[in-house]
Amino acid sequence: MKQKRIGLTGAHAAALAMKQINPDVVAAYPITPQTPIMERFAEYVANGKVDTELIRVESEHSAMSACIGSSAAGARTMTATSANGLALMTEIVYIAPSYRLPIVMNLVNRALSGPINIHCDHSDAMLVRDSGWVMLFSENAQEVYDNNFIALRTAEDSRVLLPVMINQDGFITSHSLETLEVGEDKEMHEFVGEYNPRYSLLDTDNPHTLGPLDLYDYYFEHKRQQAEAMMHADRVIREYMKQYSELVNRPIDVVEPYRLDDAEFVYVAMNSTAGTLRVVVDMLRDKGVRAGLLKIRLYRPFPWRDVKSLLGDKHKIVVLDRALSPGATGGALYQDVRSSLYGLSTPIVAGYVYGLGGREFTEEQGLRIYEELRDLDDNEPFQRFMGVRE
Amino acid sequence: MSNEKGWKELPIGGRILNPGNSKEFKTGDWRSKKPVVDKSKCTGCLLCRLYCPENAIHIDKDGKISIDYDHCKGCGICSSVCPVKAIKMEEEK
Repeated sequence: MKQKRIGLTGAHAAALAMKQINPDVVAAYPITPQTPIMERFAEYVANGKVDTELIRVESEHSAMSACIGSSAAGARTMTATSANGLALMTEIVYIAPSYRLPIVMNLVNRALSGPINIHCDHSDAMLVRDSGWVMLFSENAQEVYDNNFIALRTAEDSRVLLPVMINQDGFITSHSLETLEVGEDKEMHEFVGEYNPRYSLLDTDNPHTLGPLDLYDYYFEHKRQQAEAMMHADRVIREYMKQYSELVNRPIDVVEPYRLDDAEFVYVAMNSTAGTLRVVVDMLRDKGVRAGLLKIRLYRPFPWRDVKSLLGDKHKIVVLDRALSPGATGGALYQDVRSSLYGLSTPIVAGYVYGLGGREFTEEQGLRIYEELRDLDDNEPFQRFMGVRE
Repeated sequence: MSNEKGWKELPIGGRILNPGNSKEFKTGDWRSKKPVVDKSKCTGCLLCRLYCPENAIHIDKDGKISIDYDHCKGCGICSSVCPVKAIKMEEEK
């Protein structure tokens, strides 16, 4: 497929993907640092570049409610938000997967208040970790762009029918201009194809009820179905990643190993930090340290089999969480990675919380993590911090 | 409950694919008081039928009303709106 190399911010890469998908309905409310996605997309709407019905609502709670209504009606539906906007829509965020509505949302990761902060961390994504959305993370603008198409196909697949969230780091990715490869509108739209909803409330020939009271006699069965759909998503999203990967001629997978084969000391991280850590790994390798990196691109469903097979024989693993889980046995990603490796005798799995509220994560911090853990020989789930002033 | 369908058979997302099935859900046992109609007083004005939130008041062949006790929840609205006091609320036994 013909592609061109252009410069875009992560936010504008999301907006371009949305334009090429050309959804039937987008309902959103502005919030930093998501705003440039909707600013750019609103321009596409105003200039007649898309056929989308853009619903300008008065809050995020209403934005997600409008998305639920439109998706239930059978319309291809997208939205975008950040942090406190996501917090306000959380009640309805849980309803989307429960009703099995394939909404796609770009979440530009920002610290949840308080104290109030508009910069990057992953506390917003972790707030809705258990809501039942499929969750993709993006290292850069290219992955933001690619993830949107993969997300849409996965969401709408009849084996899945779950909403999908595409995460990118607030400002670091959303507002940084970088080069990426993009396809032509026509061909990218062909990849997602036309949407034929399995259920539509506008289908008067096949009327059905959506959203009735669901008590102890059926609720559990419906949640069990949701769990099953998430298990299907693990397989289905790989199919679409493969298909998309062949289309754009770029390798794409649920996890991305870097210099991992003979590595003894392995970093695990999500989003833009993976880029910094790749440099750290190279610096350590230059000093003769067998360092490696595993980037997690698909966070829900968590690819534990991949983590187990790629990291099971490693000596020391350090998981970096950009969100604090106070009082827990480490950050959310740390717990997932450690659980995936439980029962295997070799690895020491250590966890760090870093980068809260947009605190910069540097190569120097990455190297210091190695220095601090080089002689570590216990395996307690101890929460460590990197980049905070003592 | 053990006779109900399992998760593999049920429509996804709590959807009900056969609308109008609420009549299969008998709510009559929620009642603590039951409305009893005195047919000699009932004029067949049907005001109670308009007010009944459960649609549990039926019209008989004689034009007067009777109560669908399978679905009546015993709210008593029919009794209080009846202009000729033909509906009395009695204790359920």
